[in-house]
Amino acid sequence: MLFSNTEDYEEFSKGIWRDNPVFVQVLGMCPMLAVTNSAVNAVAMGGATLFVLVGSSFLVSLLKGWIPKQVRISCFIIIIATFVTIADYTLLALIPTVHKELGAFIPLIVANCMILGRQEAFASKSTPRLAVMDALGMSSGFMVALLALGAVREIFGTGTLFGIELFGPAWEPWVIMILPPGGFLTLGLILLVFNWMSQRKAMFLERVAEAEGSSQ
Amino acid sequence: MSDIIGSDRQQRSPESGGEKPPEQDEPRPIKLVMTLALGGLISGLGIVGVYEATLSTITEYRAQELRAAVFKVLPGVTQMQELAQESDQLVAVVNEEGEESRDNTIYGGYDEERNFVGYAIPGEGPGFQDTIKLLYGYLPTANKVVGMEVLQSRETPGLGDKIYKDLVFVGAFSDLPIEPTIEVVKKGRKVSDNQVDAITGATISSRAVVKIINDTNSTWLENLPTPGNEPPMQDNNSEAENVIQ
Repeated sequence: MLFSNTEDYEEFSKGIWRDNPVFVQVLGMCPMLAVTNSAVNAVAMGGATLFVLVGSSFLVSLLKGWIPKQVRISCFIIIIATFVTIADYTLLALIPTVHKELGAFIPLIVANCMILGRQEAFASKSTPRLAVMDALGMSSGFMVALLALGAVREIFGTGTLFGIELFGPAWEPWVIMILPPGGFLTLGLILLVFNWMSQRKAMFLERVAEAEGSSQ
Repeated sequence: MSDIIGSDRQQRSPESGGEKPPEQDEPRPIKLVMTLALGGLISGLGIVGVYEATLSTITEYRAQELRAAVFKVLPGVTQMQELAQESDQLVAVVNEEGEESRDNTIYGGYDEERNFVGYAIPGEGPGFQDTIKLLYGYLPTANKVVGMEVLQSRETPGLGDKIYKDLVFVGAFSDLPIEPTIEVVKKGRKVSDNQVDAITGATISSRAVVKIINDTNSTWLENLPTPGNEPPMQDNNSEAENVIQ
């Protein structure tokens, strides 16, 4: 088993659905809207963010005793920026084609408020083990969100998914979907669906509770 | 400065609370400065380490990419060498190992019998978002552009990036007379050979590519030797080119 106890699993799973960084916390919007015009870019961005978030969460939770709280944000940023630079060079050396696609957005991971947010809200107060679990969950949730947005925009914007042709030559791509307005539009619609679903779930739970109360 | 131990202000999660050394509420400024300096130092060392470790792979990749681009924009070419303008003459350049390519150079392409075929000329200029760097093949005898490859660009994904993803647009540069200059026309309005159909939705990027080629032509073409007087393929150079560091 990957998760030896429920606490680990709890920290991991909350980032994917209940506290999803994009759909619930609405963080990390800049890379979210910028690189999700194709599913491949979304996966690459998700992977780079995962590396940076797991690395910095681990280091921050290890060093939390040595970092004076007055300069903690600066220290977090130094740690995050180091990991981002490492990811930047590694991507350039190992998979240059992906790096060519993401280009300017890799260095901008430093400014992804989701990453700094996790350091401040979680990693700086937890054990390294739980911090890594939390980071893995949050970045998986981020990846899921990027992929959802990237897939929708790629399917409508270019008629492909992961570069595979879906509709044949007769398909007229909706150019707006791969431009920034398409990103906002898709994100808005996904948030709508997400909120609608959580509302339905809350109402359902309420009704279950009522039914249980009246049957007694 | 108070030395009260602020236990109530240290909100740690329960599982880590026991092992924390008690902290002073307000550490002296020197400690803050030292922490940041140390953090910056370690971070700098780490980045330099990664940079050093990946540098050879990255330069090798860039050089390979450039070589591949030269062969791509000049069909029929099997050997290449770097050429530079020196005292009004085009001479072959032999790069020392590890030396970066010089700025003001073009590439000469030769066939298997070491006959000169054409030039691959790098050019750059402003695109829609950032500088576009490209390489194009030029045949002096035919006075034609015979290939174009975008090396670096940050054009809008899905629109402007069609300057290298749209095969019809790229293909328009495979046999393109450059007299008097190359022109961009709206898609489907092409009437003469020196015109290129712009990409729908990416007119600015299309124009940028053509403008870069026209501008580079105007700086280079008059300096090129007359056809037949190109510098010969150097013997040692093909080997030196192969050992790219």
